[in-house]
Amino acid sequence: MSETIHIETTINGRDRAFEVAANLTLLDVLRDQLGLTGSKECCVVGECGACTVIMDGIPMNSCLMLAVEIDGRDVITVEGLATDGHLNALQQAFLDLSAPQCGFCIPGQLMSAHALLQRNSDPTIDDVNEALGGNLCRCAGYLQITEAVMVAAKAGKE
Amino acid sequence: MKEFSYERPESLDEAIRVLAASGSDVEILAGGTDLVIAMRDRYREPTVVVDLKRIAEFYPSLVWDGDTVTLSATATMTEVVDDEGINRHFPALAEAAVVVGSVQIRNRATLLGNICNGSPAADTAPPLLVYDAIVVVAGPAGIRRVAIDDFIVGPGRTNLQDGEIAIALELTVPSRPLGSAYERMTRRRGTDLASVTLCAAVDDAGITRVAFGSVGPRAWLRVDETGVLADPDAPAEARAAVFEGIFADASPSVKSLRASPDYRRAMLRVLGARAVGRARGRLAEVRGVS
Repeated sequence: MSETIHIETTINGRDRAFEVAANLTLLDVLRDQLGLTGSKECCVVGECGACTVIMDGIPMNSCLMLAVEIDGRDVITVEGLATDGHLNALQQAFLDLSAPQCGFCIPGQLMSAHALLQRNSDPTIDDVNEALGGNLCRCAGYLQITEAVMVAAKAGKE
Repeated sequence: MKEFSYERPESLDEAIRVLAASGSDVEILAGGTDLVIAMRDRYREPTVVVDLKRIAEFYPSLVWDGDTVTLSATATMTEVVDDEGINRHFPALAEAAVVVGSVQIRNRATLLGNICNGSPAADTAPPLLVYDAIVVVAGPAGIRRVAIDDFIVGPGRTNLQDGEIAIALELTVPSRPLGSAYERMTRRRGTDLASVTLCAAVDDAGITRVAFGSVGPRAWLRVDETGVLADPDAPAEARAAVFEGIFADASPSVKSLRASPDYRRAMLRVLGARAVGRARGRLAEVRGVS
């Protein structure tokens, strides 16, 4: 029998309490149990970053964590960036600069970029490249993605 | 992932009790960046997983006391990279920690986990060997301290016994001025495992310590007491001869996909020369300010 554990957590600003199986990753639970399918499953070994979420302000690969590890923590997924149906500045910049091509990596790129801008509102291009180094884009749209983060940073300052 | 029972002790005593009650089919979870993959791919199938992250004694994860820094089992690579004292006194460790995986991995992966996982390619093993790190181990019989060179055993294996937990790493600032540097060889920039890892340290008595990994079952530490490597004006042939001795035990696997044995052996010398050169430069800086 799979052990289930009761956890209490905050996801995208909403307090939630539910049971999780001990042997499921956070990514599995977000997608299959909570219906938050923005976080993507891709390499499943922590190389591609498509599953990136932010826990207590820190970006992490949700495929490398057990779901039970978010007990008592604050988690933001890509679904938590927009408010009341309005994209945030970062999402808007991605759209304006056509950063998404196929779009599959974009949730992870957004989460890494969001975490960067939360702790550094005035990043250099090198800062952006380093912060997004764990997010692969197989369409190779890196230039537009980096530009979008820089534009969003600038917009945030004005 | 196979089913297991999940334990989350809140004190070290509780953790030791849980381990004793769990038998040998138990895995310890800290960062999980290796363990979760291993469990999903089913080459590790524990019946019990013990998560260390709620153990009160492990926080704060990084503590300086005089000349010694203690990094608990929960200290992440990001915490190592961000610590001013580590960057000042153990720069090669910061250089090794900052190239592990990606930002997301470093936010989760722990320094001690990198050693306990037992990968021959562990980036932080060579600097920890060069700096003579001590591994603090807790078990039913109490606490013991093990030199890192004795703690690292072979692929996937350490000196840890059943029922024990590695709880911290201790590093003491060397009494002599020391310059040190870390180098690695990968196939590409970004998230990649190292084909060769190497750390060198030169002290003001002319002793050079070189530790290297990913070219055999474990990372090794070798010491050059001839003064040749520490001497910037030593003839190239003399230096080559010393490196030959230092790297004599390198036995890269023919089965590895990352690089051929010949290439790894050749790159050991290149990285050795680079790291020793940078270490000498740093020693000169350290002496300049002291």
